[in-house]
Amino acid sequence: MKLYEYEAKDIFSKYNIPIPQSSLVSDIYSACEAARKMREVVIKAQVHTGGRGKAGGIARASGPLEAKSSAKRILGMSIKGFPVKKVLIEEYREAIKEMYLGITIDRKAKCPVIMASLEGGIDIEDIARNSPEKITMARIHPLAGLHEYQARMIANSLDRNKIPELVDIIKKMYRMFIDNDCQLVEINPLAQTKDGIIALDAKMVIDDNALFRQDFLEEETGSLEDIARKNGMSYVGLDGDIGCIVNGAGLAMATLDMVKHYGGSPANFMDVRAGANEEQIKKALEIVSSGKNVKSIIINIFGGLTKCDEAARGIIDIFPELKIPLVIRLSGTNETEGRAMLEKHGIHLAASTEEAAKGVVELGNSN
Amino acid sequence: MGILINKDTRVLVQGITGHEGSLQTEQMIDFGTNIVGGVSPGKRGLEVQGKPVFDSVKEALGETDVDASIIFIPPKFAADGIFEAIDNGIELIICITEGIPVHDMMRVWAYLKTSSSRLLGPNCPGITAPGASKIGIMPNPIHMPGNVGVVSRSGTLTYEIVDTLSKNGIGQSTSVGIGGDPVNGTSFVDVLELFEEDPETHAVVLVGEIGGTAEEDSIEFIKKMSKPVISYIVGVSAPPGKTMGHAGAIISMGVGTALEKIQAFEKAGITVAKSPSEIVCHVKSIM
Repeated sequence: MKLYEYEAKDIFSKYNIPIPQSSLVSDIYSACEAARKMREVVIKAQVHTGGRGKAGGIARASGPLEAKSSAKRILGMSIKGFPVKKVLIEEYREAIKEMYLGITIDRKAKCPVIMASLEGGIDIEDIARNSPEKITMARIHPLAGLHEYQARMIANSLDRNKIPELVDIIKKMYRMFIDNDCQLVEINPLAQTKDGIIALDAKMVIDDNALFRQDFLEEETGSLEDIARKNGMSYVGLDGDIGCIVNGAGLAMATLDMVKHYGGSPANFMDVRAGANEEQIKKALEIVSSGKNVKSIIINIFGGLTKCDEAARGIIDIFPELKIPLVIRLSGTNETEGRAMLEKHGIHLAASTEEAAKGVVELGNSN
Repeated sequence: MGILINKDTRVLVQGITGHEGSLQTEQMIDFGTNIVGGVSPGKRGLEVQGKPVFDSVKEALGETDVDASIIFIPPKFAADGIFEAIDNGIELIICITEGIPVHDMMRVWAYLKTSSSRLLGPNCPGITAPGASKIGIMPNPIHMPGNVGVVSRSGTLTYEIVDTLSKNGIGQSTSVGIGGDPVNGTSFVDVLELFEEDPETHAVVLVGEIGGTAEEDSIEFIKKMSKPVISYIVGVSAPPGKTMGHAGAIISMGVGTALEKIQAFEKAGITVAKSPSEIVCHVKSIM
């Protein structure tokens, strides 16, 4: 779960990590009011995507009137498909130097890793790719925690003259990373200003698997992703026109790849999870068929915990209402029963994942 | 005979009284697995599928010898179950649970390294040695004894591949699911090392997916192996930054695309199949 900048900064302030004064607003009058209290401000779009600066989602303004007009422009924007509903009005702080500081999970070493770079303000991915030597890293033993010397080493790589200040920020940041079950905490840029070091931006990603013990409230966007998640399924929207419903993540990816291999374009990824029953298959069909541009649907079930007859029942329930052609493949537990039920309703079945993928692509070509 | 398990392996089921634990215990017994009992705190004295239930792993060990433990404990408490198995010296721990917080798994991994236990998973379908034993949740009928080792990060895709192999007359020595989480206990290399040593295994099918570098990390070892490895990597159509079902299946910070993995394998001269049926063709051509 990604947090918005303002949510992350709320947490930063709880841990006493220095951040600029700011107000979150969702209309231009409040933007104007907020800016009145500060001399010079930055208006920042609150969206779950990177590159908002390049997209024009960040503007500097001196005075409430200028802030109002910028807020008006930004609040009407949509950045990479995300409509801007809130902006952060933040006091402008001039950076003498911009640095990068982040903590994430090193999958290979299976532990947290702190990363720091003097190349702040730009994408860490670009630094990692083009000049990895410009990143200083410290891997943290999950049971021992962050050692003082590690914090000092990271601080030293950023600014030898500000070690105590930086060590303090690094230690608080690590505590925050652990306490909140983070997958990522990032300050980019971490700025040196004439009044000290301050986090100008803040990014946090929380482990979805740990939400049961954290207090974060998931945003209700009404998106198909959200609806699927509430139903215990996993959905990712894509650009194509072939809807996909599969049990199991690996098989779902394989099915998508095969659709693509035969020249089709998947409209979504959907993993209905092991043990999906009649209701869930029905729900999955409702969700996938309501995706925009969906012209046909492939259902690929390999029954282990999921029973083919239950899946068939779910399909039959919703079949009369569907105006979209289906290509179905059922295999595994109770396969014979499931296939017989569908065939009785005149629903054609493919014998393998490959045949189903080919079939659904041909369906699109013949239309 | 295959790797890690055989028909004599004595198996304890942690979380045996839960819905999945009890259902899968039945399936394992049907397969021929030597289940010696189960653990469920506060449920001592019960029986599940005719097997005794104990309050703790320690208590179970007082009554019976155990070689391996399989965990069906909900995500909130699963890491604790793994710690309990490690502390009791269980040699092979197989964790089926999906959804364990990654911070818990990092702590488990650090602890595991100081012990002699091996952890398979979490978020995995377990391990099956056809004709001998199954410690996991793979459907019983898909397996066939033979000489191909299968190792995979996935569940149902593993079933699909094992099933396709069996239907084409290609049996398996052992099928192993290492799990779809970002932090897991056993890597591709760990399993490949065992297959390389196993006289019953003549070739290996490796099934990878997007996220992390587990596939790339196995290349150096595969190059040294005496046995052929056929790979299959899924997620070519996955967009960056999105979790594709498995917590570990995510392209993050530009790392972990299927294309990168496929290219790295091909560059190293490792066969990459484009579909399950292509896996069969490749395996048939070498065996």
